[in-house]
Amino acid sequence: MYEGVLQNLIDELGMLPGVGPKSAQRIAFHLLAAEPADVKRLAHALLEVKDKVRFCRVCGNVAAEEECRICRDTRRDTHVICVVEESKDVVAIEKTREFRGRYHVLGGAISPIDGVGPDDLRIRELMTRLADGRVTELIIATDPNLEGEATATYLARLVKPMGLKVTRLASGLPVGGDLEYADEVTLGRAFEGRRLLDV
Amino acid sequence: MYVAHLSLTDFRSYDTADLGLEPGVTAFVGPNGQGKTNLVEALGYVATQSSHRVATDAPLVRHGAARAIVRCVVVRDDRRALVELEINPGKANRARLNRSPISRARDAVGLLRTVLFAPEDLAMVKGDPSERRRYLDDLLVARTPRFAGVRADYDRVLKQRGALLRTAAQARRGGRSGRRAENDAGFAAAGAGDPLSTLEVWDAHLARYGAELLAARLELVEALRPLVAASYAALAPDSAPAGLVYRGTLPGDAPDAGDGEGAADTGHGADPADRSVLEKRLREALAEVRSAELERGVTLVGPHRDDLFLGLGDLPARGYASHGESWSFALALRLAAYDLLRADGGDPVLILDDVFAELDSRRRRRLAEIVAPAEQVLITAAVPADVPPELAGARFDVTEGSVGRVR
Ligand SMILES: Nc1ncnc2c1ncn2[C@@H]1O[C@H](COP(=O)(O)OP(=O)(O)O)[C@@H](O)[C@H]1O
Ligand SMILES: [Mg+2]
Ligand SMILES: [Zn+2]
Repeated sequence: MYEGVLQNLIDELGMLPGVGPKSAQRIAFHLLAAEPADVKRLAHALLEVKDKVRFCRVCGNVAAEEECRICRDTRRDTHVICVVEESKDVVAIEKTREFRGRYHVLGGAISPIDGVGPDDLRIRELMTRLADGRVTELIIATDPNLEGEATATYLARLVKPMGLKVTRLASGLPVGGDLEYADEVTLGRAFEGRRLLDV
Repeated sequence: MYVAHLSLTDFRSYDTADLGLEPGVTAFVGPNGQGKTNLVEALGYVATQSSHRVATDAPLVRHGAARAIVRCVVVRDDRRALVELEINPGKANRARLNRSPISRARDAVGLLRTVLFAPEDLAMVKGDPSERRRYLDDLLVARTPRFAGVRADYDRVLKQRGALLRTAAQARRGGRSGRRAENDAGFAAAGAGDPLSTLEVWDAHLARYGAELLAARLELVEALRPLVAASYAALAPDSAPAGLVYRGTLPGDAPDAGDGEGAADTGHGADPADRSVLEKRLREALAEVRSAELERGVTLVGPHRDDLFLGLGDLPARGYASHGESWSFALALRLAAYDLLRADGGDPVLILDDVFAELDSRRRRRLAEIVAPAEQVLITAAVPADVPPELAGARFDVTEGSVGRVR
């Protein structure tokens, strides 16, 4: 244990995902040795992100304005929507450069154990987006694990009466994993080889 | 295959242990509670990543230590492989093969293959259906490691579906419909606010993984049936013949469905192991029991409620077989597993944990004769006299956690 303020910092850092006690200590000592201006910039960035970043009112992706960069981009194809669980999945898919349509971020996956049902996800917002009939294909890119699959099946059934094309990323993604951890090539291939979801 | 080296760190009673082994028979001898089973349990764990004695991993780690490490050198067709497993209770295990990490520890299952006989085996004959399901599933995984994933997926669907059923049951009891007011016509029409709106999705997944598991079990039972009968007859030549019947919770189309058991053996249809047929039947069965499930909050049909019926002549072994007959049946089940694994290629390591002390002299001798030719046999016994003369070989004495070779 260290003196109060230093230990506080270590404890706070240790609560971040993927940061264990050892890394927290290393980061804390790194900051302690760093230039005050550098640390101020980091602190500012932390505060600013909470202050300025919000969620796109159309797709739920992180955004600096009312709508995110992708929803504002008029060159993007408005006929295709790719449904993902989290904003970080948008980043992963953008890296593949395979997809030129728009996204819809659900904010998670159906998981009764965690008390997450369809009502707790941005599914109602998705249905509203689909209502005008402009969208002709829905690509469901939820995680390749059980909850992601269940969410995909649920969505496919829900939109079935609307008669649009519903596809799912091709298998080949590491099963049981997270979309964000798939490498670009694999994810790109999964996009290209997407298959019709038949429910 | 055989194990050429075993070393333990903080596994069970051992802070460290290090022993070289050879093909053929090796006996570990010492009074009770000295750490004999702990040694062979470690090898069983490397093979299956589960213990034959406990359901959770915490007891495997030495009291006061954070993790346990088991290393062993497995020799197969003159090729040596170093398999290392770090057991982290409550967290993911880590595995290395020849010093390179394996991305998922589960993928190390099957690098070592063992068939373990233990006093606990009697529960396969005398105990609950869960003991027999476990026997079948462990054997499935040993033969086809992919099934570890299928079983894990199936268990996870059961958990998710169970949580949903309980929520729905509560909402019913509480008189609430569990449904929020909806304005969006399409969303509400699809019943999205209803906890049950996702039940059909879980049904579909339960049926899919359930059918995969069920089909594999049915096929396995077919393969085991003649082997179990033959091993049983060799161990107990004067007894009635041993038989196996898979008893499913699926309402059957089997000819003997009316045996008053309420559940039929799914082992007889036209093509019982056809996955798509089983999947369809599972979904139909789920639809039929839905209201009962909502009442009780549990999944009532599926392979998690099935049983493997063990018969001796016309009688069930459970409740009717003598102690000796029950032992013969348990041994026959293990020997059949050994036969199957051997036929798949690669002689598995046979582990006999304290079993000879449980058997009368005739069964002892027969078992010894059957296992003697195996590539490697590891035996634990409290006294040297419990090791049959047919199985003379190397010997280690185990006392208070120290293991020393004496022969
Ligand atoms: N996690 C553990 N930490 C320390 N000791 C343990 C642990 N688990 C079991 N033991 C000890 O191991 C001994 C049992 O060893 P075991 O191999 O089952 O004996 P046997 O020689 O009779 O087969 C007991 O003394 C028990 O206290
Ligand atoms: Mg023992
Ligand atoms: Zn957007």
